[in-house]
Amino acid sequence: MTSSFGKVAAIAALGVIAMAAQAEARDQIRIVGSSTVFPFATVVAENFGKVTSYKTPVIESTGSGGGLKLFCQGVGTEHPDITNSSRRIKKSEIELCATNGVAEITEIKVGFDGIVLANSKKAKHYDLTREQIFLALAKEVPVDGKLVANPYTKWSQIDKSLPDEPIEVLGPPPTSGTRDAFVELVMEHAAENIAFLKDLKNSDKNKFKQVYGSMREDGKFIEAGENDNLIVQKLEANPAALGIFGFSFLDQNADKIQGSTVEGNNPTFEKIADGAYPVSRSLYFYVKNAHVGVIPGIQEYVAEFTSTKAAGQEGYLTDKGLIPLPEADRKKYEAAGANLTKLVL
Amino acid sequence: MTDAATPTPVGPSPGASPIRRPVLSGPHLRRRYAAERRFRLYGLASIAVAGLMLLLLVGSIWQKGHSAFWQTYVEITVTFSEGVLNPDGGPVDHHELERADYLSLVRDALKEQFPEATGDRRLRRQLYGIVSTNADFALRRMVLDDPSLVGQRRPVWVKLSDDLDSLAKGHIRRDLPESDRRVSDIELGWYDVLDKAGRIESRFNVDLFTAGDSREPVEAGIYGALIGSILTMTITLLVSFPVGVMAAVYLEEFAPRNRLTDVIEVNINNLAAVPSIVFGLLGLAVFLNFFGLPRSAPLVGGLVLALMTLPTIIIASRSALKAVPPSIREAAFGLGASPLQVVTHHVLPLAMPGILTGTIIGMAQALGETAPLLMIGMVAFIVDIPQGFTDPATVLPVQIYLWADSPERAFVERTSAAILVLLGFLVLMNAVAVLLRKRFERRW
Repeated sequence: MTSSFGKVAAIAALGVIAMAAQAEARDQIRIVGSSTVFPFATVVAENFGKVTSYKTPVIESTGSGGGLKLFCQGVGTEHPDITNSSRRIKKSEIELCATNGVAEITEIKVGFDGIVLANSKKAKHYDLTREQIFLALAKEVPVDGKLVANPYTKWSQIDKSLPDEPIEVLGPPPTSGTRDAFVELVMEHAAENIAFLKDLKNSDKNKFKQVYGSMREDGKFIEAGENDNLIVQKLEANPAALGIFGFSFLDQNADKIQGSTVEGNNPTFEKIADGAYPVSRSLYFYVKNAHVGVIPGIQEYVAEFTSTKAAGQEGYLTDKGLIPLPEADRKKYEAAGANLTKLVL
Repeated sequence: MTDAATPTPVGPSPGASPIRRPVLSGPHLRRRYAAERRFRLYGLASIAVAGLMLLLLVGSIWQKGHSAFWQTYVEITVTFSEGVLNPDGGPVDHHELERADYLSLVRDALKEQFPEATGDRRLRRQLYGIVSTNADFALRRMVLDDPSLVGQRRPVWVKLSDDLDSLAKGHIRRDLPESDRRVSDIELGWYDVLDKAGRIESRFNVDLFTAGDSREPVEAGIYGALIGSILTMTITLLVSFPVGVMAAVYLEEFAPRNRLTDVIEVNINNLAAVPSIVFGLLGLAVFLNFFGLPRSAPLVGGLVLALMTLPTIIIASRSALKAVPPSIREAAFGLGASPLQVVTHHVLPLAMPGILTGTIIGMAQALGETAPLLMIGMVAFIVDIPQGFTDPATVLPVQIYLWADSPERAFVERTSAAILVLLGFLVLMNAVAVLLRKRFERRW
């Protein structure tokens, strides 16, 4: 018995060594990054794999921050070639990249994504402003010239025009790019328009940051995890709740949920595309120039992603819920991809 | 129970403490019987609750997922026109056929079917959306397999798009207002026309079992993940079984009892309770960063899961070895067998059923893991079917997770279908365990 075990173990060990040795070269593109860009990047990758002779790229959904961290770890086949991001790369990240030898990065903007506040069709439709959303969700709000723990429990307490319903909002956790964008586009913007907080911004920037960045923790704002489908299901089961997630999930579930109007604009494809709907952000990916020519197909993949067929006004990505860039911008990034224009912030 | 009912001999010996005699009559006895019945009833109720939960779970998954095993096809009449497939005339060239514009063949066929929709651009887009976006690849395969099709006109069955497929399966309600439906009134009309003409058909969804992942729900399959799972499990088994069994045999049969073995034993028991994500981090640090093994490879996944499974196998193997009666060992020693012979000829074969059970339980656990694989890059969108242990691959539970997270509605039923396949795989593994146990089982 033991001798046969020994043989098996020896064979396994040999196999491991042999395979580790041959694993050096890599012939398919590796992509990491944002879970928001993931559904679009995967469609491009699949098409790319089918129409070209290159292998289908492997895409991991690691979140924008995690992706950039992996991306900036260095140059070499063990590091990813491209990272997707639902926010622009930060200066600190470019510096991290540079210290690890990733000097040249090409930035490609692919389109927009709307963030929607939606609820079940069985419930009333909400017509909100960003200020109202802030007052409903911030941990501390100004009342009578003082910052106090958020006292609102019903929407109607914030504004008479809002439904007389308890505040209950399901949203993404802090690790999510959607949360970052929501805080920036809604909470920060609203805070800047509230006189008291505007003064605070001028006197104490850090406190201001803390006020608009903290969501309430008394059970009115519920972190519901990264899975947007789950939020949609929860909204269906609980008509009293609102949920925060990406536009593509609203697009796919239009029979069950409705998007709340924000500052008079409904979250529709057209309104997000022309910028009227205020809560939308840009989606990017970043290419490691040093890998072009080493890993086959990178430039062809970028070309596919930025082509009219994919990211154009009627491209296949729009079917998946991507809001396309204006034609001129798309052309600009198509050229950037072709020339590998180095990103300088 | 019957023992308790038999009367105890009467007459205490002098000097002994008085014997407490059971009261065998009246309300006391009735209470005892009632307690007995209640206890059994509680047991039965527990089993019923557990069974009901299981039934509910499997039932709801089946109810959601069974329709994914079927795929709706539509018949379109395709003209394999020379102009598209062989534009420069002359003999049909394989290379040319590979690169031809099959999409236009599909679109022409659709336009021919519904000529009224050709004018408006939006309408045309809706029309093209009737069939799956991969219909052109189906035509390409057909023509490449049989180049004589060029120039002919044939009815071809292609897949309906995911939205119309959902409609055919009854997942989309027609009575909703148009704006709330994924399928517009015009598309509904087209569907009904095709359906009346007998050009819509539901078939077994072979691709679900033979295709790799795809973002197009009707094209997506679990084959890639299944192969990934098999490759990963193979590595896990090859590493954890021999190492685990050897460790258990040494600790149980040969190791001296001292402080060191105690420490090892405590550590093994603790390792069994370590959250699986920790093993993923370990794998990332050791296998990827230190040894430089490739990311997303079943090899690394298998090694990580082997580490996770080892404690389970060692603990199960040790208790199986402990359960072998000492008399067997003593008899073998008595007949002059060496310690090695005692273990390999007698103890290990007798303990094998228990060891196998432990191994299968460990493997089944590993089969359902996603957390440790996240860190080593196996939670990824991978279309190509893995060809070996170092190709990028994913595993079944990861595939389920990825589908559950996809926005497309048609992935809901596929998620449940993939869960059913995973459950089937688990049942199969357990069946193998039972079978092996039956084969090796020996009584004494």
